[in-house]
Amino acid sequence: MPSKLTQRIREAQAAGRKALIPYLPAGFPGLDQFWDAVADLDRAGADIIEIGVPFSDPVADGPTVEQAALECLERGVTLKWILQELEKRAGQFQAGIVLMGYLNPFLQYGLDAFARDAARAGVSGVIIPDVPHEESADIRAALTAHGLDLIPLVGLNTSPARLALYAKDATGFAYFVSVLGVTGERAALPGAIRDKLAEAKRTFSVPLALGFGLKTPDQLAALGEGPDAVVFGSALITHLRAGGTPAQFLAAWR
Amino acid sequence: MRKGYFGEFGGQFVPELLMPPLKELEDAYRTIARSKPFLTEFGQILAEYVGRSTPLYRCPNLSAELGFNLYLKREDLAHTGAHKINNTIGQALLTRHMGKRVLLAETGAGQHGVASATAAAMLGLSCIVYMGATDVVRQAHNVQRMRLLGAEVRPVESGTKTLKDAINAALRHWIAEQADTHYCIGSVVGPAPFPELVRDFQSVIGHECRQQCVERFGTLPDLVVACVGGGSNAMGIFHPFVEDREVRLVGVEAAGTGQPGCYHSASVTQGTPGVLHGTRTRLLQTADGQILPSHSVAPGLDYPGVGPEHSWLDASGRAEYVTVNDTQALAAFQVLCRREGIIPALESSHALAYVLENRDAIEPGSNVVVNLSGRGDKDLGIVAEVLGV
Repeated sequence: MPSKLTQRIREAQAAGRKALIPYLPAGFPGLDQFWDAVADLDRAGADIIEIGVPFSDPVADGPTVEQAALECLERGVTLKWILQELEKRAGQFQAGIVLMGYLNPFLQYGLDAFARDAARAGVSGVIIPDVPHEESADIRAALTAHGLDLIPLVGLNTSPARLALYAKDATGFAYFVSVLGVTGERAALPGAIRDKLAEAKRTFSVPLALGFGLKTPDQLAALGEGPDAVVFGSALITHLRAGGTPAQFLAAWR
Repeated sequence: MRKGYFGEFGGQFVPELLMPPLKELEDAYRTIARSKPFLTEFGQILAEYVGRSTPLYRCPNLSAELGFNLYLKREDLAHTGAHKINNTIGQALLTRHMGKRVLLAETGAGQHGVASATAAAMLGLSCIVYMGATDVVRQAHNVQRMRLLGAEVRPVESGTKTLKDAINAALRHWIAEQADTHYCIGSVVGPAPFPELVRDFQSVIGHECRQQCVERFGTLPDLVVACVGGGSNAMGIFHPFVEDREVRLVGVEAAGTGQPGCYHSASVTQGTPGVLHGTRTRLLQTADGQILPSHSVAPGLDYPGVGPEHSWLDASGRAEYVTVNDTQALAAFQVLCRREGIIPALESSHALAYVLENRDAIEPGSNVVVNLSGRGDKDLGIVAEVLGV
């Protein structure tokens, strides 16, 4: 049976659009408001929702996500809290749920215990930016045992051989990082992205999501056939900080 | 042992976007950095520019008082005043051989920043140094030195505004600028191959020391002591002795003030295994896996992690790791100033303090080497404040 994450993206494609994957760090903008925002994103048609697991040292993130994540840590957010709150809401969301976080909190929770509890809480997949293919065997084995996907990240400097390495094990979807850099909105995406994206699409059998740097929907026009799904984090955080609602944000991308 | 690992410690826990530059570095490390022409050039710069070999100095006054021979490996006499220069010359030279032109560094106390700026200036590279905003204020003198040497110092305002945040910022910078930039990491930390690469460049300390011991007293030392923050000076002096089981190796970590609520910097003795800055090692962390802030009176020991090879030397029992607090280190600092006329770095004062505190447990007549990793001029502000001199 194909992964729920693959299914959600293929359903959006069948409806003639790109799947939408909003990202928010758990506990942003507040402990209760966060779950309201997730429910709101779900109702407004998010296909997959990425929940950030805050970490004190997020090396792949830019200032917007880092600041939001540190605020969440100050509110006392832990992986345990996220999983408990998700479990209370298991089955309530139409969207697929993905957790995105750095390895250490997952390691301290215990990889097998995490995979078991995440599956029970309705999580379908995990993105761990500081786990390249070489270090992925343990976490993949733990996740696979509980039916969860380990979503790989690839980018502009990923060689054809490494794309193939990731493609061999990928389930759910693959995440294409649009820039050589950290998360955060950018006015323009690099020109080289179009060809590399096409190469990645040929290599992966799972759908391809594009993330990092997305600010406005018109950025997608330059990408040709482009990605199957788009991920946005910093732009959504900025939008919420300015007083906007999740539904308003998603409406612009649909 | 698995490539890039020391037992269960080490690895390459970095975003995929950093894997290509890490592979490139790994290739350069295995080929260029081990080639005869490179090693010849490196050795020549160390001799003529850095001032190696550094002396192995027997402290006459303290040795008489302690009843055993106390030797100092005088890294404080190397150019820029600390062992850090060995590694930055090596990495800057490698950067040039790799055809890159920017040397990227991070620094806490400023010593690695100064050493990077120095090596970059000498080898014709440009240099960018990330430094926590708090450290920029605490180490203003070193910031001035870096700027005089032509480096661009970038204060980091995120997180705890100290070394670990400067490392985060440098890693982010490297992701974006990998084509022409080499990240010159300052200790035996970070993803493979950095822990091995930095150890190899620093092990010039231990190789010299070994030879000097044999020349001076006809045998290997009984005890080698070094302070451990990230752990590069300790790995540098330990490495050539690891196979010599009769040589006791002691790494000294900083226990901070020891007051309630004060974080220490003792990640081997007080930490638990986890992943930070690209490597699996012992870390100061919460049960939930968040990295704790650290503290030491010695700015260079103020890091919540440690090089993975130290975690392994500890786990395998080959080296012992102990702690010394701020007060003990400051006392040792004063002893060396007054008794031998040497002002040591506060980092190295931790290593010396271990020996002074444990003098009764050391066999009379034995030969003890303390790696004096740096000189204390940089710490005069801190010392003046604490001791009121």
